[in-house]
Order: sequence, then structure tokens, then C-alpha cells
Amino acid sequence: MIVSMTLELKDIPGQLVLALSPISEFHGNIMSVIHQHDEKTPRGTIPVQIRFEIEPRILNGLIEQLEKSGVKVARVGEERLRSTVSVILIGHIVHSDMGDTIDKIDSTGFAEVVDMSLSMPAIDKTSSAYLVINAVGEKELGMALDIMRDVANKKDILMIEPIHMNSVGA
Amino acid sequence: MRTFRISIIGFGAVGQGVARSILSKKEYLNKQGIDLQVMGISDSKGCEINENGIDIEAALLRKKQKGSVAFGDAKIDIIRDVEHDIVVEVTPTNINNGEPGLGNMRAALGSGKHVVTSNKGPLALYFSELKELAEDNGLFFRYEATVGGAVPIFNLVHEALAGNTVLGIEGILNGTCNYILTRMSDERMPYDLVLKEAQELGFAETDPTYDVEGIDSAIKLVIIANSVFSQAATYKDVDVTGINKITPEALELANKNDYVVKLVCEARDGKLKVAPRLVPKRHPLAVGGTLNVASILTDLAGRITISGKGAGSIETASSILSDILYIVRNSKS
Repeated sequence: MIVSMTLELKDIPGQLVLALSPISEFHGNIMSVIHQHDEKTPRGTIPVQIRFEIEPRILNGLIEQLEKSGVKVARVGEERLRSTVSVILIGHIVHSDMGDTIDKIDSTGFAEVVDMSLSMPAIDKTSSAYLVINAVGEKELGMALDIMRDVANKKDILMIEPIHMNSVGA
Repeated sequence: MRTFRISIIGFGAVGQGVARSILSKKEYLNKQGIDLQVMGISDSKGCEINENGIDIEAALLRKKQKGSVAFGDAKIDIIRDVEHDIVVEVTPTNINNGEPGLGNMRAALGSGKHVVTSNKGPLALYFSELKELAEDNGLFFRYEATVGGAVPIFNLVHEALAGNTVLGIEGILNGTCNYILTRMSDERMPYDLVLKEAQELGFAETDPTYDVEGIDSAIKLVIIANSVFSQAATYKDVDVTGINKITPEALELANKNDYVVKLVCEARDGKLKVAPRLVPKRHPLAVGGTLNVASILTDLAGRITISGKGAGSIETASSILSDILYIVRNSKS
């Protein structure tokens, strides 16, 4: 699983190493560290955001170890939705009850519409929307897209999808 | 010096481009020991035949002044009755029954002549028949100019990338659509207005249906499927969506998120699809204006992308001349 964690460090030397070494000791694979020394919390501590990949069963042991060594774990969150796709919709989107479509995706439990921008030039003109859908994996993303395609088909909406061979072999 | 005798069947923009290229490359070809003689030229109104080789300059001038290459009232079947080696079949594309191109190609291959063509109709309808007819008679059947104008897609796949398995092809194969989408996006102009502009500039036909509804792209994709994937596909196998519903607002939303919208032809996993797609701005497929592009994904070489001019008289003639020279270099006679 991918975990994003906010830690609070004391403003004294050596704290970042203290926070990071348990993660590697527990075989976590660190993906990013954001350490902003001049942004202090009201408590005078320094917040650090860390993203890493780790075995789910080890996570609690790691948190215990961090707390033991004096690092405050302020927030732990699992990043569930790892795959993302953007699509553009053209048609009478508002009148076709877009909320219902978004609900359909969100209620799958494996995918969510995380961003949407809408452009409506005039009442009698077709509108255009840009949607970002996130899902737990590529397969689930494909299933979410199938739902979108189905809705677009039924409601006479043109759906523009990204090209496929985007990453492969490029 | 090896002399090769050719005929040019169809004397519109492409046919005249071929004639001009042969004329302008005479010295270049002679240095390589090749002499191309044009024995016959025909258009819809008549033909010119000369067993000593046609004066190309005079033929071009006559076409310009009189609207036809016709010389006297010779009513001879050039393909069957004039002795020559290569038929350059460049009559207009007819997607309903492939004629007159189909009959011309059958006649040529049936009477021992190689065929070089830019005519998409017969290939979209009867690709395997024509290919087999050529093979059975030990003749070459070359069609580089049918897809992508000057862009050498088939040569690249069959010659330069020989040994690779092609996993998929994506491309932009219609310059008119690419021009319209590029202008709409750059100038934030609505579709109707850009189409009108394209028609005035001569980039779009008076009846734009064939281009903007994706039909032309689909036909080219069918030829790719048949040639590269040996798929025996026809137009009916392609899932086609055109560009006529696209709004400037959609293009702006795409732009804000670092995408452009392009009419993309895609052949992959046995499926053929033509549809407007989101292409990341930095992706090699994101070419603008009237350009064509093809991106070929292979197992050994990875991805190879080529782009260039997809239409134009001399550009298309470039592909035809290249096919003629392929035959000259590879035929035994």
C-alpha cells in the first residue's frame, strides 16, 4: 500500500534522519519527502510530509517505533486511488444529469470523479466538461471508463478519451 | 542504362505531380543508371501515347491549357495494349466500388504490369485480392502514397523495421481534420467558421463529410490493418467518430490541462478505431497544422514515430516515385 504521513519534528538537528531511518528499517520504500523548515506548526514543530510504499501489516509497528523515538505522527492516510484518467465530454451535459453519472462512478467504491471543470457558452449551445477519474488500479479505471462510455452513449454525449500507447515503449 | 516504361493513369494533381517529379529528377535518375520513359498518360477525357516516350513538358502544358492531356482521338486501352512495365494508377478514390481504379489495377496485374498507386478505394475494398493477384503473377503492388502522403509508413514497417512485430499503430492521417482542430484550438474559433476558412484555403472539400466524419481516416486505417496486420479488414470493421461535434471550449479545457485533441487512428489488439482523442502536448503524436503522423509500436525497436506532409501533389509524388524506384531496383528484368 501507499501511505502518506505527516510527521512533526522538533526544531533541533538530526530529527529528519530520526524520522526516516525507521521507515527504511521496516522496508518501506520512500517515494517523496517534503520538508519545509520555515513552516512551523503552532506547537513550534516542523511538519514533514512523507509518501512511501509499505506492507500493510507492518504499518502499526512503524508508527509505534516513530512515536517511541520522539517523532510525532500527526496524520496517516492510505493513498487508495493510484490510477488516473482524464476525459472530455461534449453535449447537453447539465441537462443530462451529470450528478447522477458522477454518483454512479463514486458509488463503485473503487473509483471517484476527483475533478471536473465545465464550460457552458450559451443556453442553446452544447457544453463541454473536463473530468478526472481516479481508481485503485488500472483494471478498475477501465471499469469506471466503461460506465462513462455507457452513459455517454445513452445520453448522446461525445466522450474524448486519452490515447492508449501513452507510456508503453515511449 | 536500364530503361523502365511507365504509364500514368489519371492526370489530376497527383498524376501531374508524378510527371513533374520524373521530369525534374531525370538527371538524378540517369546518374543511377535509370531511365524512366512515360509511354502513356490518360485522364477522364482522353489519352496520349508515344512508343518513343512522351514529351512530359508538352503534356503538362496541354493539360494546363486545354484541361486534358488528350492528344488526337486515340481510343486505345493503354494498360493492356501499350507495351510497358509499370502502371501508375492515380485516378480519384471511389469508396463505393473502387472504380475506375479497381478495374485498372486488375487489368495491369492481369497483363503483366507492376502497379504503383495512391488510390485508396480499391485497396480499402479488395486489398487481399489485389495483393494475391500481384504475387501470383510475380509482380509488385506498391501503395505507399495511399496513406500519409509523403510519410513512408509502409516502407518503414516492411523494409526498415523488418524483423519487428508491430504491436500497434496510432496516427493522424487526415490533414484537413488536423488543420481544423489546430486552428480551433489556437484561435478559439468555432468549428463551422474554421471549416469555412479551410474550404476557402483549399484544405477542405466543398462537401467535407468524407474528411470531418472520419471516413478518409478510417479507409487509411483499413489499408494499414490489411498491409501491416494482414487483417482482411473493411471499412465496416472500423469504429468511427468524426470531429464535427467538437467545441472550442472542449479544446480550451484540454489545453488548460496540457492536452490537445486530435483525430487519432488506432490499430491495436485487432481493433480499429478512429476518434477524437486527448493527446498530451509533448507526445510525438501532437503535431499541428495539416501534418500527418504515425507512431508505430514494435517489440524490438520500441516506438518509432514519423511525421510529414500528408497531402499535396509533389509530396504524394515523392511516395510514388519511391515505389517506382523500389520496383526498378528489385525487379529482375
